[in-house]
Amino acid sequence: MIRALIAAALLSASAPVVAETFVITGGTVALGDGSEPIPNGMVVIRDGRVVAAGDVRMKLPAGTQVIDATGKWVTPGIVAGFSRLGLADVDLSAEGADDTTANGPFSAALDASTAINPLDTTVAVNRADGVTRAIVAPQAGRSIFGGQGAVIDTGADMDPITSARRFQFVELGQTGAQKAGGSRTSSQVFFRNALREAAELRRYAPAVTGASGGAPDERDRPVVHNPNESRVYGLDARRSEDVLLTRFDAAALVPVLQGRQYLLVHVERASDILQVLSLKREFPTLKMVLVGASEGWTVADRIARSGVPVIASAVNDLPASFEQIAATQSNVGRMRAAGVDVSIGMIDDNDTRNLFMERQYAGNLVALQRVPGASGVTWGQALAMITSKPAQAIGMGDEIGSLAAGRRADFVIWSGDPLEGSSAAEQVYIDGVRQPLATHQTRLLERYRYLPRRDLPEAYRH
Amino acid sequence: MSNKLSVAVVAALLSGCAALNPPPKLAPAVRINEDPFPSTYARYPGVPTVIRHATVFTGDGQQINDGTVIFADGAIQAVGGAGLPSPAGAREIDGTGKFVTPGVIDIHSHLGDYPSPGVDANSDGNEATSPVRPEVWAEHSVWPQDPGFSRALINGGVTTMQILPGSANLFGGRSVVVKNVPARTAQGMKFPGAPYGLKMACGENPKRVYGSKGNMPQTRMGNIALAREVWIKATAYKRKWDKYYAKGGDMPERDLAMDTLKGVLEGKILVQNHCYRADEMANMIDMAKEFGYKVTAFHHAVEAYKIADLLAANDICAVMWADWYGFKMESYDAIKENIPLVHNAGACAIVHSDDPNYIQRLNQEASKALADGIRAGIPGLSEAVAWEWLSRNPAKALGILDKTGTLTPGKMADVVLWNGDPFSDYSRPEHVWIDGAEMYDMNDPKKRPVSDFELGQPGEGDVK
Repeated sequence: MIRALIAAALLSASAPVVAETFVITGGTVALGDGSEPIPNGMVVIRDGRVVAAGDVRMKLPAGTQVIDATGKWVTPGIVAGFSRLGLADVDLSAEGADDTTANGPFSAALDASTAINPLDTTVAVNRADGVTRAIVAPQAGRSIFGGQGAVIDTGADMDPITSARRFQFVELGQTGAQKAGGSRTSSQVFFRNALREAAELRRYAPAVTGASGGAPDERDRPVVHNPNESRVYGLDARRSEDVLLTRFDAAALVPVLQGRQYLLVHVERASDILQVLSLKREFPTLKMVLVGASEGWTVADRIARSGVPVIASAVNDLPASFEQIAATQSNVGRMRAAGVDVSIGMIDDNDTRNLFMERQYAGNLVALQRVPGASGVTWGQALAMITSKPAQAIGMGDEIGSLAAGRRADFVIWSGDPLEGSSAAEQVYIDGVRQPLATHQTRLLERYRYLPRRDLPEAYRH
Repeated sequence: MSNKLSVAVVAALLSGCAALNPPPKLAPAVRINEDPFPSTYARYPGVPTVIRHATVFTGDGQQINDGTVIFADGAIQAVGGAGLPSPAGAREIDGTGKFVTPGVIDIHSHLGDYPSPGVDANSDGNEATSPVRPEVWAEHSVWPQDPGFSRALINGGVTTMQILPGSANLFGGRSVVVKNVPARTAQGMKFPGAPYGLKMACGENPKRVYGSKGNMPQTRMGNIALAREVWIKATAYKRKWDKYYAKGGDMPERDLAMDTLKGVLEGKILVQNHCYRADEMANMIDMAKEFGYKVTAFHHAVEAYKIADLLAANDICAVMWADWYGFKMESYDAIKENIPLVHNAGACAIVHSDDPNYIQRLNQEASKALADGIRAGIPGLSEAVAWEWLSRNPAKALGILDKTGTLTPGKMADVVLWNGDPFSDYSRPEHVWIDGAEMYDMNDPKKRPVSDFELGQPGEGDVK
C-alpha cells in the first residue's frame, strides 16, 4: 500500500505541476526571513509558489482547499546549508552505496548533480523530517577542488536537481593542505595556479558568435556559462605546456574566475579565513562563501567587512583539530552580531544523513541567549539560518528558503515548535506538492512494533 | 618466630626422607592484587545545599513538582515536596521554573582515549594489533586533559562516564568508569568502587580491521569462532587459578589477557558488548551462556527493537542512539523508536553518545526518542520515565546503581540544575554538582574547568 503510494507520487511529480490554490490556516507561521513566528497565520499557495504568508487575510475563491493547522507550526522547509545528501546511502564498507569520495583523475570538473540518487534512504529520512532542499557539495578527492555542487530538493520523484553546478567547492584549510601535498603553502599555490590555468584557458578559448549573430560582445567572448560545455575544450582551445590541471578541470574553474559560479571555501582557522579573504582582494570577481569557519568569531569584524557569507557548523565547540582551537557554540552568534551573513550547515558533522539535526542545533543557538557570556540568536534568526540564509548565501534566496511571495512552496506543517528536536514534521510540501513521509525506518517500525509470534514470520508483514 | 621456622624445616626434612609419607603440604596461595591502579579520586568540598520549587526528575521514573532536593557531605540527604525542612546554614537555591535531575551518565564515551585534538599522537582507543586484546586497560590511554570532559560537564550535565576501548577488536580491553572531575591522572577521576567493564565487539568492525589484513576474523563466523576459542582458554585459565587459590602450591603463570576474562567469568567484570544487529546479539547471548558469563549491555544496539523481548528475558541493557542510522550496513535498520520500544518491552534502555559532541546533548537525544515513542503510541512514557535512560539505567549497567544514578538519599550527590526543562533544546545546565561539590555554575566563569591544553590558547576559558 505504502509502496503503491510512493509509486503514485513518483509518477505525479514527473508530470507538470497542476494549477492549484490552497491555504493553510490557524497555525503559528514563521516566514524564515528572520522574523518571529506569527500566531494564527495563513499561508496561501498557488501553482507551486507562495502567494502570501503570515498575518494576511485574503479573500479566497470559493472551493479553495483549506488545510487546518490549528495548534501546529508552519515554516519553510529546512534548507540543509552544507551536505552530501543523495551522494551516499551507506558510508562504510558498502561499495556502490557511496559516491562521496572521488579519487579519480578529475577534480573541479566533477559535477555532483550527475551522481545524486533521489531514492537514497537518506533523502527520504530527511524529507520526512522537514528538510526540503539541500546544498550538496562533492567531497574533495585527490585535489583541493571537490568539484561542482548542486542544490537539490528532497521530493519523492526522479528530478532532484534544483540548480546544477551552483558552486565550486574547494578545501583551503587543513584538508586542503593534505590534498596539496602536506602544507598550506602548497594549497595556496595550487589554488592560484588553478585560477591561472582557468584564466589562460579563457584567453585561448575560441571566439563565439554574439547573440545577434555578429561579432561577439567582449563580455560574452570567452565566457563559459556552463562549465561542462564543449567550446572550452574544442580543438582551438590551446593551452600552454605549463599545466597541472586537466583541461576539464581548468575549464570548470573559468566560471568561478568570472564570478558566475559561487566558490565555497572550507576553512576553519582564523588565519586561514584571513588568507581566503585576501584572495578575494586579489581576485575580486570571486563570489566566495566561507564554509566551516570555526574560529570565525575571532576575526568576525574582518569577515563582516569583506561581505563574504559564512555557512558554519552550529555547535562545534571542541578543539577537534589544530584549526579549531578557539571553537565555541557562540561562534555563530558572535559572527552574526558583528554583521556577518551567517547560516548553518553540516560540515564537520554527519553531512550525509543527519541534516534533520539542523533544527535542533538552531534551537541550541537560541538557548545560548540565556547563557551568560555566550552569544545566541533569536528564534527568528535561528530559523532563518536553516532556511533563507543558506539559500541567500548561494544566490537562491529569491527561489527557496522562505515563505515570501513568489518563493517555491516548500513548507512544513510541524507538530510543534520546529526548533525542538521533539517536534515532528506532519506534512511536507515541495513545490506545492505534498510529499510521502514513509521511509525504510517507518516501515520497519510497523513491522516490529509488536513482537509476539504470529502465523507467519515478520517478513510477511508489509 | 624462629621456633616456627625450625619446626617447618624439620617437617620438610622428615618428609624428604620418607617417600611413603603423605605428600608435602602445598604453599598457601598468594592472591593477586586485582586493583593495581586504584582510584585516587576524593570528592571536593561542598556546602549543604537546598534546591526548592524545582521540577524534579528523580531518575527512577518519578516527577516531583515544586520539589525540594537537599544534599550535604557529598550525599543526597532528602528529596521531596515543598515541605522539606532545610538543614541549618544550608545554601538555598530557588529552582522556580527550573529542573533538577541526577547527573547524566554516558555509558559509552571515548573522551580521553580519543581526545581533542584528534591527531594521530592522541589516538589511543584501539589496540588494533590483534583481535584479542583483553589485556589492555582504557585507563592507561585516558588523557585527563582532554578538553572534551569540560564540554560534557557544562553543556551536557554529564557527571559519570564509562571510557571504553574502541571496537576494532573482538576483545577490546577493559573500560574505566570515571567521575567527570578534572584531575592530573586518570586514577584521580576513577569512580571509586565501580567494577571494570570488558569491551567486546561483534559484527563489521573486527572482521573489517583484521580481514583486510588477511587475518582471522574475516567473517562474522570467524568473529564467533575466534571468540569461543578464547573463552575456552579463559575457562581453563580460570580453572587453574581456582585450583591454586583453593589448594595453593606453585602459582600458575599469569596472563594479563586471561586475567580480564577470568574476571568476567567470575562476574567481577561486566561485559559491555558493541553489537548492532539483532541476529548477532542473539549469537552473543548464547555464546555467553555457553561459557557461563553474562552480557551486561549491548552497545550501539541499533536493532534492539527487533529482539527487545529477548533482551528483557535475559536482563540485558540496550545502549542506543536516538536517530543515528545508515552510516554502515549494520546500522541500516535503525529506527527512531528503538529506545522507547526497548523500554516498552521491559528491557533496560540507555541513551549513549560514543561521541564528544553528542555527549553534550544526551538529554536532547532522550527527548527526541521520547517524542518518537509517544507518537508511535507506546504507553507509559513521560519525561520522568525517560530520564531513567540517562542516569538510572546506565548506572545499573555499570554496576554503580547503589552509588549514583538516582536522587536517592544516601547516594552520591551527582546533581544537575537545568535552567528549563531538560527535554527542551532551549535548556542548559545551570549548576552541576558531583559528590555535592559544585563543579559548574553557569553564572560564574571561575566555575568552569579549563584543561591544560587550552591554557594560553585562543578561547581559553570561553563559554564553549
